Amino acid sequence: MPQAVATRTAVEVERLVVRRGGKLILDGVSCAIPRGSVVGLLGPSGSGKTTLMRAIVGVQRIASGGVTVLGLPAGSPELRRRVGYLTQAPSIYPDLTVIENATYFAAMYGCGTAEALASVESVGLTEAAGQLASTLSGGQRARASLACTLLGDPELLVLDEPTVGQDPVLRNELWLRFRALAEAGATLIVSSHVMDEARRCDRLLFISDGELIADGTPEEVLQRTATDDLDEAFLRLVIAHREEQD
Amino acid sequence: MSPRITLWTARRVLMQLRHDRRTVGMMLLVPAILLTLLRFIYDAKPQVFDHVGLTLLGVLPFTTMFLITSIGMLRERTSGTLERLLTTPMAKLDLLLGYGIAFAVAAALETTVAAVVAFVFLGLDTAGSPFLVGVIAVANAVLGTATGLLVSAFAYSEFQAVQFMPAIVMPQVLLCGLIAPREQMAAPLRFASDLMPMTYAVEALDEVGKGNAGATMAVDVAVIVVVAFAALALGAVTLRRRTA
Repeated sequence: MPQAVATRTAVEVERLVVRRGGKLILDGVSCAIPRGSVVGLLGPSGSGKTTLMRAIVGVQRIASGGVTVLGLPAGSPELRRRVGYLTQAPSIYPDLTVIENATYFAAMYGCGTAEALASVESVGLTEAAGQLASTLSGGQRARASLACTLLGDPELLVLDEPTVGQDPVLRNELWLRFRALAEAGATLIVSSHVMDEARRCDRLLFISDGELIADGTPEEVLQRTATDDLDEAFLRLVIAHREEQD
Repeated sequence: MSPRITLWTARRVLMQLRHDRRTVGMMLLVPAILLTLLRFIYDAKPQVFDHVGLTLLGVLPFTTMFLITSIGMLRERTSGTLERLLTTPMAKLDLLLGYGIAFAVAAALETTVAAVVAFVFLGLDTAGSPFLVGVIAVANAVLGTATGLLVSAFAYSEFQAVQFMPAIVMPQVLLCGLIAPREQMAAPLRFASDLMPMTYAVEALDEVGKGNAGATMAVDVAVIVVVAFAALALGAVTLRRRTA
């Protein structure tokens, strides 16, 4: 990879193939994600979004192809302090309070209680900080998990459906926070089902049946599908792709 | 490996326990209650109570910690926290040693309560030092924790995990010399008994009971500690950062 590209590209995925139990999950996906951008990962349920995210984080066993993250092969030990990963199901300890969870994950990155508190505040959970995670609502639990992911100032954030179960006000706040992180230089990959969130991304990746079917800015995607509605664009892309395959 | 992350993990596991008061209560009281029961069963034979009670005192922490850790680690695997932790700078051994330290602390408390009840109130009598009984009990607990961590890799549900308890622990209880003297066992059983760590735990406790805190006991404790670390190392191998 030329040096200029290496510095501007946060993630480079090359002909990535993933099989699970004999089934083809990702079928030769290639894409490049520029640094400092917010990239939306969209696609029907079961299309391979989570698998692609796992491959970028380096926890997915891959069949062939390659993933380069911040200039290093995905999963390199050095990347563990530079990449933050939010799993789709909240991965926090239900038998610890919100702040205990955040403090523990903060310790993984050498951060203290102050950072943990700030992270809990940034997802709007200050009032529930002393509450056991098992007693939180689904949306609160997702935000507690997000608070644990934002710790340690990661250069790349891979967020699997971070706004699921949140009301519109909170969704807006979270997206403002994502934007602020990108402006500070971080790269964010965010999967979502909600098309009004797609509008807020710099770039969109559409996946269907393990293949990348569109890659561009929201405007480019709308133009290509000849519509002014991203929901409609999404439908047209998926239907066109399925017809192509039949 | 980072001592800071290891200790934070031990602290986190203890915090989880602290929020679960019933578990803590049972952990602290059940061994003491069982010993009390045993004391009255052998009311007429205090020398039998001295032998069996002492063994139970040393072996119970092994079973408690085996069960609690195998379930705890299984929860860590199924809840996604394990996958999440393995994407952080944490080393695999940080996690496993963290569990080991946390449950060694828990076992020390458990044994202290049971030992005070046994020695002070139930009149348990040993020639050797009760403190050494405590050391052996904690070593056993660490072994139980390490075995539980390892075994949890082979359990995909709580149903499977709890069944590893009779599968792994009962043969050791049957063959360790507590039920039948090892000298009278058929050669294959005696050989199997030689391979089981609990045999060494029970022998060490016997030695302390007889007041022989010597080389045999030291070797027994060393065997327990080595097997515990071997199980932890094997446990680390079963933790995969990359999965299908």
